[in-house]
Amino acid sequence: MSDLLAVDASAGTADAVAGVRITPVDAVGLEQRAAALCARSIKTTSKGAALDLTVRVMDLTTLEGADTPERVKALCARARHPDAGDRSVPSVAAVCVYPELVSVAAEALAGASVVVASVAGGFPAGLAPLDARLAEIAGAVAAGADEVDIVLNRSAFLSGRYQKAYDEIAAAKQSCRPAHLKVILETGELGAYDQIRRASMLAMVAGADFIKTSTGKIGASATPATALCMAEAIRDMAEQTGRVVGLKLAGGVRTAKQAWHYLVIVGETLGSDWLGPERFRLGASSLLNDVLMQRAKLGSGRYQRREYFSVD
Amino acid sequence: MSERLAVNKTYKQFIGGAFERSESGRSYPVVGAGGELLAHAVQGSRKDVRDAVVAARSAQEVWAGRTAYNRGQILYRVAEVMESRRGEFAAEVARAGDGCDGSMAAAETAAAIDRWVWYAGWADKFATVLGGANPVAGPYFNLSVPEPVGVVGIVAPGEPPLLPLVSRLAPVIVSGNSAVVLASERCPLAAVTLAETLALSDVPAGVVNIVTGHRDELVPPLAGHAAVDSLDLTGCGAEQGADAARQAAATITRVVSASTAERQWFDEAAQSPYLIDAFCETKTVWHPKGR
Repeated sequence: MSDLLAVDASAGTADAVAGVRITPVDAVGLEQRAAALCARSIKTTSKGAALDLTVRVMDLTTLEGADTPERVKALCARARHPDAGDRSVPSVAAVCVYPELVSVAAEALAGASVVVASVAGGFPAGLAPLDARLAEIAGAVAAGADEVDIVLNRSAFLSGRYQKAYDEIAAAKQSCRPAHLKVILETGELGAYDQIRRASMLAMVAGADFIKTSTGKIGASATPATALCMAEAIRDMAEQTGRVVGLKLAGGVRTAKQAWHYLVIVGETLGSDWLGPERFRLGASSLLNDVLMQRAKLGSGRYQRREYFSVD
Repeated sequence: MSERLAVNKTYKQFIGGAFERSESGRSYPVVGAGGELLAHAVQGSRKDVRDAVVAARSAQEVWAGRTAYNRGQILYRVAEVMESRRGEFAAEVARAGDGCDGSMAAAETAAAIDRWVWYAGWADKFATVLGGANPVAGPYFNLSVPEPVGVVGIVAPGEPPLLPLVSRLAPVIVSGNSAVVLASERCPLAAVTLAETLALSDVPAGVVNIVTGHRDELVPPLAGHAAVDSLDLTGCGAEQGADAARQAAATITRVVSASTAERQWFDEAAQSPYLIDAFCETKTVWHPKGR
């Protein structure tokens, strides 16, 4: 783990991170490969399978200040049965809410295959006092969250205090047991692919079960190239240490076409083992309607209209 | 000095305010009345129709939200820009037309421009003429207001190239609808040139989208598209029109077609405020009246 250590001499965690190299990223090559993967044509039965898989890996998300218990309950009902008129549509993977609403979601999803995810740890900036962040994480888990999405401390990471960023994630991992920990890198704020790769490695080594692109709260969000960059980091991590980490893409994924582009990127980079809700997620709020529209088009042969599908 | 090489125009589709080739990459030869090659036009696909409907859908509310006065000004500007390119339009119409000489082409172009002006004038008047205050048995004001239906698919008449197209398009967009036009299959070039004038006239991107190509391929996806609110099938043959109407019925899309009188393109009958009404929905408003 010489790269991490090289920048932060105070690091005392050489054992935990030993042996994981952080190689530089060829930005031009990365973007070209991502673009090539996004040009792949997915048709007929493959498209149908991709659409169903997209639903199965979706984290249906609502992270608004105006979220009410009723709104969350409605979202949970959609999560179980995304299309009330077509029970062949599978359930989504998870519902993602603020900690305050975890208990509502947990109750609404009791007995369903859908799990409850909560953002916590001072989302979306991640700059609340550490105690408060850890307490928030523990509280979300106690309220019934199966998964917790926290944010990387970009303030520490971008100023080179990698050890601090690492320690915070490790502490969060302790606080969130037995729930799964997803670490949001907020790639739009990291500035370069090298930094995204470094942050990915740091989060994985620190104990993340999933690494996630974005909060969805800033303009820049998941792009094919960042997804590929993070997928390659996960692949290298698995090759070098055997540790399996999942990938969650969030922010800006609004169309079914974008979704299957990401499926291609993940499938080609990490293999089909990653093409399931255990290791891959798409966080989105408006994506589901477009997937349902495309699914209906595939079944009926007719292009659909938005008004036929629910508003939220 | 050597002879100048010809600089030929690439006739592209007009979708979402941009001039685009087909996503399918195809084109087809457009020939004049004498069989000579005029140009290669884009051979659009069902996905181009889909993209055009998406563009029309997103533009429609903005266009309908403009004031009637503003829509009128913009449509009048379309006529102004066409006027400045009369020669080009006339030459294009003359080359495409069967037995169409120069003076007929010039007359058609002039009539098309005049028709834009005529409909531009209706923009802030049709609601007054077609709507109104209704007498009701109760203490209410009761008002009928015509509102645009939304996205209108127009299968443009085959020939002549320009005047019928304008006659069917102008009444659709004047009220605030957006349009997806399937241009004439045999003579689509004037439609593309019309698109160029629309692009220069402050008509918001996506309000008019023009797809060129083969009717057999383009009419079914347009007619079956659930996000199309009304269809003008004037340019369809009997069988094709019946098929399209059946497809449209599945999503309760209103179907309109020009009457025989309305097909006398140079006549007064081809322009009417009731053509605007055909693509409007009447909203009725009840308001309590004080004593």
